Amino acid sequence: MARPGLPTATTAPATGAGGISPAAWITALVLLFMPALASDFFLVQVFGWTLILGTIALSLQFLAGYGGMVSLVQMTVAGFAGYMVAILGTSGLGQISLGWPFWLAVPVAILLAVVFGTLSGALAVRTAGIYTIMITLAIAAAFFYFTRQNETVFGGFLGFNGVRAPVFWGIDWRSPVPFYYLCLGWAAIAFGLVTWVIRAPFGLALQGIRDNPRRMAALGFDVTAHRIAAYAFAAFLAAPAGILLTWLNGQIAPGTVGIGPVIDILVIAVVGGLGRPIGPFIGALLYVLLRLFALDLLVALGLSGQRFQLLIGIGFLLTVLFSPDGILGLWERAQQRWAGPSGGGGR
Amino acid sequence: MARAIAERLQATGTVNALELRGVTKQFGALVALSDVTLSVRPGERRAILGSNGAGKTTLLNCITGDFPASSGTIRFFGEDVTHFPAHERIRRGLRRTYQISLLFGGLTVLDNVYLACLGVSRGRFSFLRPRRDDALLESARTLVHAVHLDEVADKKVAELAHGQQRQLEVALALAGAPRFLLFDEPAAGLSPAERADLVAILRGLPAHIGYVIIEHDMDVALRVVESVTLMHEGRIFKEGTPEEIEVDPDVQELYLGHGRG
Repeated sequence: MARPGLPTATTAPATGAGGISPAAWITALVLLFMPALASDFFLVQVFGWTLILGTIALSLQFLAGYGGMVSLVQMTVAGFAGYMVAILGTSGLGQISLGWPFWLAVPVAILLAVVFGTLSGALAVRTAGIYTIMITLAIAAAFFYFTRQNETVFGGFLGFNGVRAPVFWGIDWRSPVPFYYLCLGWAAIAFGLVTWVIRAPFGLALQGIRDNPRRMAALGFDVTAHRIAAYAFAAFLAAPAGILLTWLNGQIAPGTVGIGPVIDILVIAVVGGLGRPIGPFIGALLYVLLRLFALDLLVALGLSGQRFQLLIGIGFLLTVLFSPDGILGLWERAQQRWAGPSGGGGR
Repeated sequence: MARAIAERLQATGTVNALELRGVTKQFGALVALSDVTLSVRPGERRAILGSNGAGKTTLLNCITGDFPASSGTIRFFGEDVTHFPAHERIRRGLRRTYQISLLFGGLTVLDNVYLACLGVSRGRFSFLRPRRDDALLESARTLVHAVHLDEVADKKVAELAHGQQRQLEVALALAGAPRFLLFDEPAAGLSPAERADLVAILRGLPAHIGYVIIEHDMDVALRVVESVTLMHEGRIFKEGTPEEIEVDPDVQELYLGHGRG
């Protein structure tokens, strides 16, 4: 019943209980006390960035793994939210930015991004498979070129710089430790929401639609409306991550929503694994480490530092060839082999 | 006398459960259904017979909206549903089973039935997980019991035997408050014992729930219906009671003579 080629997540049961594995507890504790362990650089540039990209990729994993819809518009939705914060709030481009306070600009930006994501979904859901990918890619490309050419609202080629995270309660939220916790906080909420929703009626029905839309319609489900709602939910996950990304870089420009970053999110989700919500975060960590350190490694080997894209590409190829369900799948199979027939690890 | 008047009053006072007028379905140049006019009373149980390619399953698909009819009108309890999407017809009390089981193999039996109950409830978009005493979950359990699948309720559907999957198909169609059912060869591939079980389930349905059943097995079909419609090459060929149809020479020639059933 599953479509060939697209690895999907196993459907979580609505009935019956699921436990939390010890590995998950340890990961949570390490993440919580990370500021005591890591330098500022690692905290923001490695973990902050990983959590942001992981959350955006998580919104794709939710749509692809549980909804069977490979959406390439998720980075665009995140970037749209980033643009909205720059336009509505404050930036270096005083003649465009409206200067709203952050407590108004941020929620409105998220809301507008959810509307944008929902409309993109409404266009995409009537298609399937490769056509969904094409339509969402077309929307992403259109938005990219639009931001590049539109000077009056989107600031054209240069975009917006000087987009600062807010300062309140006496805390500068862009300073390393608070910013790390902002990223961790939203990633944890998004992760928790996805794990919750896939076992709730909405998520269960979405997985039913993924496996068998015709039958779901014959059970009384409005397949189209359900899919669009999934896009809205995914946009709600991605939008705050896009704002965090804008604060991390201090700027938002067409390059953030270009075809490259759009594809990178797909690579992150697929390499990490579409099977479970943790996959995108694993993929994001690998991607960030490669982006940051492949350059040094390549230079040390006497190669051009620009070749890090080659490493990412090779990694993607190897994953798709040898483990279609990503690193997550590789890990689970290794675990099964080591544990033997009796053990199975946490689910 | 009094009874006849009462019956006539009832007949004029109630609308048909299903009312098809001139329903035609074309797939390109192929005419799968041609000018089908058919009415079924509420609570009536009717078999549709016909050789392969007679248009029986296409007829069901047009009634439920799996495929829209090319022309003609379909009324369900008086309401024109011709242009309704499938889920709107289902929410009005129409239900169907599929010839080839369309089930959720990765889910348990209980979760399959739970989804069916959810589909015709208001909680379709709910973000709240069902609690142990959830009303929908409770009705799902009742349905699992009604089709004799208690023992495998927590098994994944992919692990079920064929006969059990067919029983689950029936359970999915009974979710919520069905008013009219369409069964597409529910006995296909069942053992004699399972067929007896199916006949018992069909006969045990509340009297107000009518159905249309497509079935090749005459032993099943003629035992659970009060009227029969015979289809041939996309048209309605003959209508009558099971007794009339069984002895009709044309029927013998067209359908029974081909050695099916």
